[in-house]
Amino acid sequence: MEHVVIIGNGISGITVARHIRKLSDKKITIISAEADYFFSRTALMYVYMGHMKFEHTQPYENWFWRKNRIELKKGFVKSIETKSKTLHFAEGDTLQYDKLVIATGSKPNKFGWPGQDLDGVMGMYHKQDLENLERRAPNNKVCKRAVIVGGGLIGIELAEMLNSRNIPVTFLVRESSFWNGVLPEGESEMINRHIKNHHIDLRLSTNLKEIKSDENGNVKSVIIAETGEEIRCNIVGLTAGVSPNIDFIKGSEIETGRGVKVNRFLETNIKDVYAIGDCAEQHEAIGNRRPIEAVWYTGRMMGETLAQNISGNRIDYKPGHWFNSAKFLDIEYQTYGWVFGKKGRPEYERHFHWKHQDDTKCITVAYHKDTNKFLGINTFGIRMRHKTFDHWLTEKRDVDYVINHLPEANFDPEFYSKFEKDILDSYNQQLQIA
Amino acid sequence: MSNKQNHSMSLAKPDAVDISTKQKIALAGGIIGLFILTLALFNTNFSNKGLTLTLALGLIILGTIVYSRDAYLTKLEGIKNDGVWFKSISSRGVWGWIIGIVLTTFYIVLYFFPKYLGLGINGADNTGLISLFDPLSQLLSGRNASQWFVYGTLYTVAILAFGYKFILKYRHNRYQQIRTVSVMFFQLGFAFLIPEFMYLMNNDLPYYDLKSVWPLNYYIFDEWSVNGFLSSGNIGLALISFGIISIFVITPILTYKFGKRWYCSWVCGCGGLAETAGDSFRQLSSKKMSAWKLERWLIHLVLVFSVVMTSAMVYTYLGYDKNDFWLTKGLFISLVTAFLTLVFVVVMFFKRQELGKDATYGAIGFFAVIALLLIMHFTGTTDNVFYLKSNDLRSAYGLYIGSIFSGVIGTGFYPILGSRAWCRFGCPMAAILGFQQRMFSKFRITTNGGQCISCGNCSNSCEMGIDVRHYAQKGENIVRSSCVGCGICSAVCPRGVLKLENDSMKGRINPTEILLGNDVDLMTLVNEK
Repeated sequence: MEHVVIIGNGISGITVARHIRKLSDKKITIISAEADYFFSRTALMYVYMGHMKFEHTQPYENWFWRKNRIELKKGFVKSIETKSKTLHFAEGDTLQYDKLVIATGSKPNKFGWPGQDLDGVMGMYHKQDLENLERRAPNNKVCKRAVIVGGGLIGIELAEMLNSRNIPVTFLVRESSFWNGVLPEGESEMINRHIKNHHIDLRLSTNLKEIKSDENGNVKSVIIAETGEEIRCNIVGLTAGVSPNIDFIKGSEIETGRGVKVNRFLETNIKDVYAIGDCAEQHEAIGNRRPIEAVWYTGRMMGETLAQNISGNRIDYKPGHWFNSAKFLDIEYQTYGWVFGKKGRPEYERHFHWKHQDDTKCITVAYHKDTNKFLGINTFGIRMRHKTFDHWLTEKRDVDYVINHLPEANFDPEFYSKFEKDILDSYNQQLQIA
Repeated sequence: MSNKQNHSMSLAKPDAVDISTKQKIALAGGIIGLFILTLALFNTNFSNKGLTLTLALGLIILGTIVYSRDAYLTKLEGIKNDGVWFKSISSRGVWGWIIGIVLTTFYIVLYFFPKYLGLGINGADNTGLISLFDPLSQLLSGRNASQWFVYGTLYTVAILAFGYKFILKYRHNRYQQIRTVSVMFFQLGFAFLIPEFMYLMNNDLPYYDLKSVWPLNYYIFDEWSVNGFLSSGNIGLALISFGIISIFVITPILTYKFGKRWYCSWVCGCGGLAETAGDSFRQLSSKKMSAWKLERWLIHLVLVFSVVMTSAMVYTYLGYDKNDFWLTKGLFISLVTAFLTLVFVVVMFFKRQELGKDATYGAIGFFAVIALLLIMHFTGTTDNVFYLKSNDLRSAYGLYIGSIFSGVIGTGFYPILGSRAWCRFGCPMAAILGFQQRMFSKFRITTNGGQCISCGNCSNSCEMGIDVRHYAQKGENIVRSSCVGCGICSAVCPRGVLKLENDSMKGRINPTEILLGNDVDLMTLVNEK
């Protein structure tokens, strides 16, 4: 019986295992050094906030794995010998595979800041990060202030977490406005204000110079590059993005760039070795997507595709229209299609922006300036229906059609106030001005 | 080390859980209110009962209002679940158990030893706690209070005060607000005030909470109740007709259009208490597969029990002869058998595929009920069914299901089993509505394509123990008989994945292998097999 070994029990690794099991009778082993069972990484924040217990982040009950004959092995893979198809573990043992899937995800970025390895400096990615945070920042007596470096999705989540325990947060963001590498101006500025409303000390256009330690090697303070200001704190969260977690592959014959290089079939340069999820890097980017996509659902989709490949139904990875979602404190965000911030915005892309006067809801619709083709939408504080936008993007609808048919896409709970008419009026007004 | 470590990964009590000074004062007020009631329980003789009762209930309500305002209005609108699993009371900690035991004890005394609450036996005056409520009862219906009046008042106070709290907690969510106003209205009007006024109008009428439908209201077809209605002229006849129409006509239509939520989380009193006072305990329901299996057996057994028991009750007081009353024993058994057979045949004809393995269990259940009814008919005498006195059957049901299951376990165990243990495992009405919801209803919870991140907030907050995430992460709509449509899963979802909807029946149940967001070819290939 063919033995498929999967390194990593995140969403990518688990999805490929589940689908291979549905399609075949192969022997399946999943290896993880992080946790005994699959859990939802994105839910770790809710454990710290007390909304859930850790066990609630596990989507399958523990009996599920044995019932589906998926073996789980706890261990840390030190190196891969592709000639003999052998994995070597840090614990000293080895494991033979017939097919190997690398799904080891990401690790937090560090940019060589002085003091970045001190005790109390942490990312917010692994289960161990959560345990570390719980130890070092259980309350605002032990942790009098936290500094977060890096204004992305994990940064704002960490800020929300600490805020839930009344720990004062200073949030250092390199950009001139929160996440404006991705978000258009109006949205990004609305989120700035929302962050400040939560009494988070948001510092824009601010870089970290160094992290200072006390006599015991613990974090004592950070120094701001621009002003030289010293901010005393007990923990520093490094949330300046993530990169593929593939150090253990570097010595093998598997080709790597920033991530493990794969083709559209998710195959590496070595036969019978595949890579999926955050750690996989496409030779060439697919459409407007990045070569490395560290997103929950792309990991899942790669897993779904690779399971077909490994089970003898060779198909390439073809993600559909881009979509994503997040939540910034109390404001939900969804995006369908492409809406660019200032950075990297194509010359032909124009925006229609509408914001509600309560400053917690807005949308931005991107369209082509010549053809009026609808390119994408960002929505804040209003839920939209994925299926509807997926259809509209496939049908190549124009912006007029989309704005006029917005009510069909609304996904807010029943009885919620509707803003489509307001949006349409504002759209018609802006057209007249332009 | 704190014992909290077992409950979560928290090593110390997080600060955010601490309450403000204002909240402490509010809490003190509420506790003084409860203390006054306790004093009354131990036979303290207050000189002005009306004033004392007003003071006690006023303090409880005011305390809850002030506490909630400080908890929610001082923060921005949004999901307010911080520290739920850290707090002792809402995570089966010491306070959870204490409250659970106090509530359970209260229910045992209420149902089985009302004299300890001060109920006057054989026409004697009330004493203790019950006598404290006499002035209010006199005001409403001109008679002294009973233990049920005391219970009804406290129940209503709880729904109103905690309903207010719930509305503040979800002040960004109009579905939650409207739904809560609805349960507050039905409790205050239909369960509490109207029956009292009805008694004023016609004191022969049995207590009838119009919104309490058989089989939840299991005593409506008891002999004393039916006699009470029939002897009260047209109004009585109208009321009992309404009772019959409720279950056979109104309920199926509304459930078809809106799902069982129209009742369970908008109207029902048990649901009303669970959604308001029980809200802090919703996350405690078990999401295990084993709990779901137990639920399906238990709730349907209760349903069978209640159908057989009610049929037996009605059967025994009907006559053999058409001349006494048009409905005879024989005709009644034939009607019941015919109705059950009709339901069975229709379901098997249209929904056989959907039921899968459950069809077998359904068939066994159906034939068991029919067999029991026929055995009853052919072996029974006037008083005996199954060689038992039908009254004994009725008492057993009233004791084990009506009192112990719904009251003592259902509400007393809120802090242990979660707020809907009765609704989930025991309520025969929920079983009927759930069956309709699963088979013939436009209601479903729609999932939003590929947006789910499997975080588990939805499952965690489901009071009915549905593993919502199991469906959401597969992009599959949630069509479950137990779903009461409270809408909290949709509210707490951080990615906007869940929406309660009434839409067409077609494509309502949509199991998929591959989610939206993939290349279309792969989705078609895999999903269409």
